[in-house]
Amino acid sequence: MSKVLVFTEFQNGSLKRSSQELLQFAAKTGKPVVALVLGAQAAAGAAQAAQHGASEVFVSKDTAYDAYNPELFSAAVAEAIQKSAATLVLASTSATGKDLLPRVAAKIGAGVVSDGTEITVSGEDVKVKKPLYSGKCFVTAQFENASVKIVLMRANQLPVAAADTTKSATITEIAFAKPSLKTLIKEIIKGTSEKLDLTEANIVVSGGRGLKEAGGFGMINDLANVLGATVGASRAVVDSGWVGHSMQVGQTGKTVAPSLYIAVGISGAIQHLAGMSGSKVIVAINSDANAPIFQKATYGIVGDAFEIVPKLTEEFKKALQH
Amino acid sequence: MKIFVCIKQVPDTETKIKILSDQSGIDPAGIKWVMNPYDEYAVEEAIKFREKNAGAQVWVITSGPKARAVEALRTGLAMGADEAIVVNSPENLDAYSTAKGLAAAIKAEGGAHLVFAGKLAIDSNQSSVPQMVAEFLEIPHTSVVSKFEATAENVTVERDVDGGSKEVVQMLAPALVTANKGLNMPRYASLPGIMKAKKKVIKEVEFSSLGIAATEQKVKYVGYSLPPEKPAVKQLTGDASAQVSQLISALRDEAKVL
Repeated sequence: MSKVLVFTEFQNGSLKRSSQELLQFAAKTGKPVVALVLGAQAAAGAAQAAQHGASEVFVSKDTAYDAYNPELFSAAVAEAIQKSAATLVLASTSATGKDLLPRVAAKIGAGVVSDGTEITVSGEDVKVKKPLYSGKCFVTAQFENASVKIVLMRANQLPVAAADTTKSATITEIAFAKPSLKTLIKEIIKGTSEKLDLTEANIVVSGGRGLKEAGGFGMINDLANVLGATVGASRAVVDSGWVGHSMQVGQTGKTVAPSLYIAVGISGAIQHLAGMSGSKVIVAINSDANAPIFQKATYGIVGDAFEIVPKLTEEFKKALQH
Repeated sequence: MKIFVCIKQVPDTETKIKILSDQSGIDPAGIKWVMNPYDEYAVEEAIKFREKNAGAQVWVITSGPKARAVEALRTGLAMGADEAIVVNSPENLDAYSTAKGLAAAIKAEGGAHLVFAGKLAIDSNQSSVPQMVAEFLEIPHTSVVSKFEATAENVTVERDVDGGSKEVVQMLAPALVTANKGLNMPRYASLPGIMKAKKKVIKEVEFSSLGIAATEQKVKYVGYSLPPEKPAVKQLTGDASAQVSQLISALRDEAKVL
């Protein structure tokens, strides 16, 4: 039977939730699942891939893979696809996934679909539902003339069950061939945030103009900390320099689809809605009852953010203790 | 020394999207087409490079039905690009074939010293074509770049990665980079620029003449549909305390997201 190869990613030694989603989905297809684990840091967590559904793990403990390099990684992934004879390759729409897999597809003549929100696999038939035009319509992507199909899924779209610690997998160490490199990673400048990236966060709390000034993000951070959420922002406040661009949600920022999105003081310009309308549950807190954000919201609170948000933080604290 | 900028024409963000009755695509009627916003940063960076490097020439290139797609090229020319090429290709060509066509057209012009593109196109959100072009041209690439510097041999960039981190990456030229917001402030087209762009002869390359087989089309989009109607918002009423406690119950018991 044809195999599924899952490109896995780790953060601080833990298999990312987005990779867990992919492995568990792949296992449910009934096909043998090969997890690809690259780098000495990631290799320490190789057993986790088995606990989430991999029957085999391809691993390279070479420290050269500890920093992402497109040329190095695309050669390794192409070789792993060939060695595993996988016909379906799954990865996450992460910074690495989006950069890497299209290059791999070009290298080996595979089809690639990015930003998937639903996937169905039936035998060799793979269909991927994805939003187009910032979620204004949906389409089903089908493969043709592609002996290898590569799918990049958005995070938080597939269910995750707890790891099954009784499971193990065949671990195969591979010394992947390295091309001569024209790309050198000189330095990695760590961001200040230790939290999950916006695109992978399960809960996002975003602030906008309604916070009046940069200091307004203090209470947004407090709320986010209680919820274990990542903080986002509207374009207006990024352009005003209140927060960095890496926090921007929307058209020229990040597309997010968390389980819960809380928009505070964000009116809901179409450019912002474009980046968050795929969220499962949207809470809007705004003083203007006519703000467009309420048209996308599941729950709305018309009121003063400075009164509501601290109360919400207190009440969440109590609610989450039970 | 040729600098290529890959551009895509996309529906303006404000455009209302309607689906054709047979679900085979979007209704082209009433769509306002613009240059993909991220491509503006790419064009700007290419022009800035030319301003510092005598002998550099900026070529904007796109793939698409030429009748409309040339307008995006004219926007690039109006900003200050020197030359423009359209690869006249059918609607809904997939990323693989599009990249192959762009790479073939760039090669036919003698290749590129640098290639710029936007980090993604806002219509498909694929972020695939530029990396594929780099592979087909056999040159290194770095995507999502917010700082760019180049010498004759080297390109040094800052790439924005997850969680606000940045990677400093050095590549040997020729190389391809994709632009993120923050790379620069794209200039507005000047009136003389717009007039000149209108008169400029745009080079046309037929996709069908590039020797790319129909089997190089690997992904097909079918069954276009509108998102399901969102139920109306539930406005929570009462004073702040009442609103907050209603919200917490709703999130816990109804939406079950806590």
